[in-house]
Amino acid sequence: MAILVDKSTRVVVQGLTGREGTFHAKTCAEYGTKIVGGVTPGKGGTKHEGWPIFNSVQEAVDKTGADASVIFVPPPYAADAIMEAADAEIELIVCITEGIPTLDMVRAWEFLQDRRSRLIGPNCPGIISPGKCKIGIMPGHIHREGPVGIVSRSGTLTYEAVYQLTTREVGQSTAIGIGGDPIIGTNFVDALELFNKDPQTEVVVMIGEIGGNAEEIAADYVKAHMKKPVVGFIAGQTAPPGRRMGHAGAIISGGKGTAAEKIKAMEAAGIRVAKTPATIGETALAAMGVKV
Amino acid sequence: MKIHEYQGKAILKKYGVAVPRGEMAETREQAQAAAKNLFDAGASGVVVKAQIHAGGRGKGGGVKIAKSVEEAADLAGKMLGMRLVTHQTGPEGKIVQRLLIEETLPIEKELYLGILLDRAEAKPVFMASAAGGMEIEQVAAENPDAILKQHIDPGMGLEPFQARKIAFALGLKPQQINPAVQFLTGLYRAFLETDASLLEINPFITCTDGRLFALDAKLNFDDNALFRHPDIRALRDITEEDPLEVEASKYNLNYIKLDGNVGCMVNGAGLAMATMDIIKYAGGMPANFLDVGGGANAEQVTHAFEILLSDKNVKAVLINIFGGILRVDTLATGVVEAAQKTHIQLPIVLRLEGTNVEAGREILKQSGLNFIVAETMKDAAEKVVAAAK
Repeated sequence: MAILVDKSTRVVVQGLTGREGTFHAKTCAEYGTKIVGGVTPGKGGTKHEGWPIFNSVQEAVDKTGADASVIFVPPPYAADAIMEAADAEIELIVCITEGIPTLDMVRAWEFLQDRRSRLIGPNCPGIISPGKCKIGIMPGHIHREGPVGIVSRSGTLTYEAVYQLTTREVGQSTAIGIGGDPIIGTNFVDALELFNKDPQTEVVVMIGEIGGNAEEIAADYVKAHMKKPVVGFIAGQTAPPGRRMGHAGAIISGGKGTAAEKIKAMEAAGIRVAKTPATIGETALAAMGVKV
Repeated sequence: MKIHEYQGKAILKKYGVAVPRGEMAETREQAQAAAKNLFDAGASGVVVKAQIHAGGRGKGGGVKIAKSVEEAADLAGKMLGMRLVTHQTGPEGKIVQRLLIEETLPIEKELYLGILLDRAEAKPVFMASAAGGMEIEQVAAENPDAILKQHIDPGMGLEPFQARKIAFALGLKPQQINPAVQFLTGLYRAFLETDASLLEINPFITCTDGRLFALDAKLNFDDNALFRHPDIRALRDITEEDPLEVEASKYNLNYIKLDGNVGCMVNGAGLAMATMDIIKYAGGMPANFLDVGGGANAEQVTHAFEILLSDKNVKAVLINIFGGILRVDTLATGVVEAAQKTHIQLPIVLRLEGTNVEAGREILKQSGLNFIVAETMKDAAEKVVAAAK
């Protein structure tokens, strides 16, 4: 099973002809993802690395049957690219771009409200269902198919968690990076709902960080609805207040959004929170009842 | 990005928001001339305000009232060059290099106005409170009902009825409602059109003669949107920032200086924070946050290394890289180059995983440099903390 993406997912790459787009489209295709074409306005009708290029997402959908898109468009144009994909009724939009102006995302978020698309990101590594489909920039080879669902605000910290699991011979159903920005499409609760319903997923790892209150909202959801064990980790226990820690969304403002508050809320909801990033894997194994 | 109060007020003025008359001064003479202009124009007093990027200036002695030109000049002379310490500057304080000389006004009430992003709603939210002068966080903690929140539909903007709702909630008089609607609309336009991340007027005052003013102005901007605001980017005052952080920003490195002695270089913000956390867990203290990003090249890694090492508190360095886009061999090449270039004597602990890790380890081995190689994050943290002692 896995969630959102599988072997049948057909992906169009917005910004395929750029350096990043080209590099990652190739690694996704090598992983087995069905990349069906690219969109670069003005280059429609040409070919790039063997893939057909279209002038618009709508044209790409009409001619290739794409149902997912991945965005490698530079930050000034990325929110527009999200809206274009939603307008073409792409089911799953994965936006990798980092550095989109917040007010652009406010508009794009509003635009998505009465449309059927789901957005993952922006400022995220993407989504992978190991052995089936990879839409994003994560190193595919560290993953392994299995029972652990992962949802995370951080890219490399997700790889760390995946690696700890894979080296212990425990695989993943789907790993989603939801992104480090203040405004994101898919949030923790959305991902938890999907994992809750997915028969392949037996345990969920939720990796948060300082800033906002998404983890607290997710903890409430876990307490009320989650039928599977959830383990967690929060990065930024030593982060100073008022400073933006790399991610636009990772900031303790007005004394709110601290790691301590989040860990407290998560533990109160029955989530096992790993004390250090080195023990995320073993905490997940313990939650599954595996002796470590 | 942060700017000074006088710069913020100049922006607000363009949007029709009433601010007190005033001028920026960098010398005692400029301050004297500014005060004279204000008194000549009919001001009954002037206020001398230190311009630093931190709040709490009044309590720290950075806001003083003068009743004459001479008094204003004397106050300015004392304030310029002074080390101003407030609860937001940290114990080291900030040197005052600029002043705002402004007319005093007959204050009747001090109120609060703010616009920021509500992350959960993905909309800007107008916040208003009758408890001006206090920090909004304190009001929120002690009396949350005293804060009115008005979300703004990004497609519509601030509608007049919403502005009236805020104005009435603040207890303004009937004849002040229309001017307040103009004032609030101007604030929202300024927020929107400058890509602000925070706009705070604390206090927003009513005068005994009925007029409304922004007595203070705090504007922060979305760094991601500065590319379309060259005029705002030009307002950046790098003397208000840590020199190492300024240097790092030139190379698109996310660096934040902290107080510990274990330097760290990591790729990815989440992993970088988690690395700081595990250093503390192992009994040490991180000297910095440094995210070299997903797409760093050897040159950026070299710069990152130099910045890390120019912090003299650093006694040992931990490099924790999980190569995804950033290939481990690229990183290793950069580290070796930087170590040779800087003749580093400090112990360096490396923990590398991911794409091309074997090639990366080989480069380190061939370099002949004395690196301490760690297997896991826990192992790395323990080794670097031991090395820093």
